[in-house]
Amino acid sequence: MKEGFRQAMAWLHTWTGLIFGWLLFAIFLTGTLSYFKDEISHWTQPEVRRHALDPVASLGLAQRYLEANAGHAERWMIRLPNAREAALEVSWREPGSGRRGGVSKPLDAHTGQPVEVRDSRGGEFFYRFHFQLQMPHPWGRWLATFCAFIMLLGLVTGIITHKKIFKEFFTFRPGKGQRSWLDGHNAIGVLVLPFHLMISYSSLVIFMYMVMPASIMASYGGSTEGYFNDLFGREEVPKVANAAAPLVPLASLYAQVQQQVPGAAMGYVQVYNPGDRNARVSFTQSVAESIAYQRSATWMFDGATGQLLTQGAPESATMMTAFSVVGLHMGNFAGPWLRWLYFVFGIAGTAVIGTGLVMWLGKRQLKHAKRERLPGELRLVEVLNIAGMSGLLLAVAGFFWANRLLPMAWPGRADWEVNSFFLVWLVALVHAVLRPGRKAWGEQLALGALAFALLPLLNGLTTGQGLNHSLVAGDWAMAGFDLTALGTGLFLAWAAGKMLRAPKSVAKRAPRAPRATVDSTEVSGC
Amino acid sequence: MKRNAAGLPLSYRLAVTSRSLAALLGGYLLASMASVCISLLLPLPQVDAALTGMMLSFVFYLLAFIWCFACRSAWRAWLGMLVPSLLLGLLNGFVYWMKNP
Repeated sequence: MKEGFRQAMAWLHTWTGLIFGWLLFAIFLTGTLSYFKDEISHWTQPEVRRHALDPVASLGLAQRYLEANAGHAERWMIRLPNAREAALEVSWREPGSGRRGGVSKPLDAHTGQPVEVRDSRGGEFFYRFHFQLQMPHPWGRWLATFCAFIMLLGLVTGIITHKKIFKEFFTFRPGKGQRSWLDGHNAIGVLVLPFHLMISYSSLVIFMYMVMPASIMASYGGSTEGYFNDLFGREEVPKVANAAAPLVPLASLYAQVQQQVPGAAMGYVQVYNPGDRNARVSFTQSVAESIAYQRSATWMFDGATGQLLTQGAPESATMMTAFSVVGLHMGNFAGPWLRWLYFVFGIAGTAVIGTGLVMWLGKRQLKHAKRERLPGELRLVEVLNIAGMSGLLLAVAGFFWANRLLPMAWPGRADWEVNSFFLVWLVALVHAVLRPGRKAWGEQLALGALAFALLPLLNGLTTGQGLNHSLVAGDWAMAGFDLTALGTGLFLAWAAGKMLRAPKSVAKRAPRAPRATVDSTEVSGC
Repeated sequence: MKRNAAGLPLSYRLAVTSRSLAALLGGYLLASMASVCISLLLPLPQVDAALTGMMLSFVFYLLAFIWCFACRSAWRAWLGMLVPSLLLGLLNGFVYWMKNP
């Protein structure tokens, strides 16, 4: 920090990157998986069958089921099937059951009967972990959001450090140890820079009401309620009248919405006070239909008369900006190809963090190449690198293996899937402590390769919906999962092979570095 | 830790800690004050002004971090956080008082 501006920024980049690198790696990896949240859930709950989408029929089935099974509930919620989620999800809340007391059932979209699915959080687990880090509310969200800020800081300081950013982008020197890691780190970082800037800034916007609430306090006083009412609009629902009145067919209300916005897909339908004279029904457009959340795309009906009461208020330009920033992060609007692009970019972000962590250690290891043992703090970073990267991959695989191997009727089954994830992670940490660095890498990557590559086989054996079935049936979510697992396995096998082969002396290569075109301050920056 | 700590005197370590706290806490104060200032002064509906203030606050936080580690001493880091925060705070107090007498 005694030196120039660029060196100071390189220092900041290095140390914030190291301290938050492992958490950021986990956040990026699970966030990347979350782009396929519904597809992962489809794999973890293969009992749900996919049918052609028919919203009118689905609404009729849901209404029939809820009237028969939840007639006295104070609220129903119906989530219509869409291109990514096959189930017709109904849930309801009994009167006086509190905020959390709700029942949820996936129905078959064709028969309207509940599907007996295995108890699993599926993609929801990775999604929640991505921003809550399995910590009690609100600490996980605070920490994850702060990590996002550090990522943004890392990007800006990284850009300042590598001023010849576009020239260096075309500089990739493979097979040169530390130099290749730096080139890879820079190339991926620059190539995906717009995505990285968007994804880290938008995470801040998502939770800004929580982490930066001073504006809300100054404008709205102590309570955030006024702010949220202004932002999302208030849903006025009268109290139950205790006078029975049959609920109009939901399909007829759906037809009214279709007259207003022809062809709009509905995401979910909520029914307040069903079977009462004061029943209210709200329709909300599917989030897949636009980048930004649209508060205007909701329609409120009188459930007893079928009359359209209100439509959501239009958004201001500022709201559209904020909602678009959030929508870009979530990627709900993305079709299959764009979704894959999101996934690839997410992997790239994970790789930038991973290569950064490897480089930090590699550069410092060079100084100790002749010694037998690494100094304690470098060994600590090495262990955390191994457990944080290959260990996390093993934990992800462990979650999916548990999903297929735990007995269906096991009590607390979904919790045990999550426990398996953390147990495998813990075992990987212990293994990394016990084994020498390069061997620990190689062994964990090799096991990961097996664990991922065998997932399609395990799926085929336990559910009969392996690749031979899903490819023929055109079940692309199932086949895509299996093929991605296979690809991951092959990649990990390649990486394990590199690690397990006798290491070429990295130290020998170092003196050749001056041939490189990059000036030495930039190298010291990593 | 001592082995590697050669050449890093305690004063340097304290200075780094001080800069980090200046960035983390002082920067947060500055970002909060800036966001309040924007949300009180922007001629927009209340919710839009609050949204804009919060969305821009992170730019100030980011600049605060950069300043705290780029300036010449830890003292300057703190000064760079506290003086603008104080000025913005006074302005905010005045505007708040004008709006809510």
